[in-house]
Amino acid sequence: MLCMVCKQNDAKLHFTQIVGDEMRKVDLCEDCAKSKGVSDPTAFSMADLLLGLGAAKEMEETAGSEDLKCPQCGFTQADFKKSGRMGCAECYATFAEPLESLLKSMHKGTRHTGKVPAALVKSRDLADRLKALQKKLEKAVSAENFEDAAALRDEIKVIKEKLSQTTA
Amino acid sequence: MDIIEFLATPTETARRTGPHDRIVMSSRVRLARNVRGVAFPGWAKKAERIRGLDILRPAVEGLQQMSRAFSESMDNLPAIDKQILVERHLISREHAAKSAGSALVVNKEESLCVMINEEDHLRMQALRPGLQLKQAWQAIDQVDSELEKKLDYAFHADLGYLTACPTNLGTGIRVSAMLHLPGLVLAEQINQIIQSVNKLGLAVRGLYGEGTEALGNVFQVSNQMTLGEAETDIVERLNKVLLQIIEHEENARAMLLEKKPKMVFNHIGRAYGILANAHCITSKETMNLLSLTRLGVDMGLFPGVDRSLVDELFIITQPAHLQKMHAEKLAAEERDVLRSDMLRDRLRAVRRPTPKPPGSLDKAPGQ
Repeated sequence: MLCMVCKQNDAKLHFTQIVGDEMRKVDLCEDCAKSKGVSDPTAFSMADLLLGLGAAKEMEETAGSEDLKCPQCGFTQADFKKSGRMGCAECYATFAEPLESLLKSMHKGTRHTGKVPAALVKSRDLADRLKALQKKLEKAVSAENFEDAAALRDEIKVIKEKLSQTTA
Repeated sequence: MDIIEFLATPTETARRTGPHDRIVMSSRVRLARNVRGVAFPGWAKKAERIRGLDILRPAVEGLQQMSRAFSESMDNLPAIDKQILVERHLISREHAAKSAGSALVVNKEESLCVMINEEDHLRMQALRPGLQLKQAWQAIDQVDSELEKKLDYAFHADLGYLTACPTNLGTGIRVSAMLHLPGLVLAEQINQIIQSVNKLGLAVRGLYGEGTEALGNVFQVSNQMTLGEAETDIVERLNKVLLQIIEHEENARAMLLEKKPKMVFNHIGRAYGILANAHCITSKETMNLLSLTRLGVDMGLFPGVDRSLVDELFIITQPAHLQKMHAEKLAAEERDVLRSDMLRDRLRAVRRPTPKPPGSLDKAPGQ
């Protein structure tokens, strides 16, 4: 078995970590283990190690030969492979697809369930209300209930204005 | 005023107390945040980093929580001061290596510290002595809510807060505690504990974070996953695990005293002997021996000695702190000599450890 890092020497050290119900294995030769700090088990964190070698590899596999480049900052997949970091916030849209499986292996889920900036919570609520009102309006129109429809239209207009302010 | 004058003295720092501080040295919650329209610091060119800094720094300085703060650009801090900040666990090693385009803002109480343009635009951390993860989370949550009014955060509906490294995506939170675990190390149970903590998806690291050695039996435990779990759940989960580790450490200490008292007294006695009598001692050896001394204080072997004495020595015997006390540049060996002088001097008033008969040591004083 070859070392996962250098892919040249025989792997002499084998690590297994269980995250959730998934098992991850890392096989390393002595030199790479040393350079990654794996020889000292107390200073060793599997995630840090995996990020270094697993991340870029996984992205490469899922993206095929296609070389993506962020239109905003010019960051490329090769840059990610080198640093394990993104170039800018926009990169997450550019690399969304290849990132997905990486995120899955790295995190508990792929959807954020925590804190949301208050301004966004507000606009989210507004968007929800807008949708509900538009449905009501459709119903009112098809029922030829024009008095209600007019009132709904006014309400929708106010919310749309508010929305354009918060997202601006 | 320079940063070292601004900070609390090591004596004051060592006297801070908190729940479970016999084992939990400190709690920390860190949030990573970035703003839209500026590349992440690792990718941005210098001009862009400075443009970002000009947006970020006034926002952080303007916080009510930072009304009495120290704020400085990293290129204006001398290397020795940066190193001292690392030794005080206020900034990361990575941030200490930064220069123009990065800054540090820390409040007077040292309970809030913001690194600007480290790996992310903002790395803000709340610090508390002892086990106080919830309090630290609440404090940093408040700061974050204030900042989001002034800054246009990079936030994605599905991915949450966008960070330079995908490992921090989502909540951008790192909840961690620094633990002193000499009992588990001496009982040779530490690797078992580390493995089971790892299995829970939590990381165990050494004294100075990522990729560092566990000097002085000090370990950092923190969450690894940041996406798909809410902040309060992460805090709660880590808190539970920490309470269990505390219990294991206490059990290990009790077990050692009951089954291997000679081994424990031998370690602590030798540690005292070397620290109080050496004429040349490295920082690494000092930390490991101070750890055993701290254990001795906890076990009541040093009557009348306060833990803060040991904790202060933990701080001031580190290389940059030692260097700061001397005008001329010291070589490593000169530091080792000065360190031993300082230790002999500070430990002169400390009597050698006196083990009591077994059975009377179950309870540590003041617990």
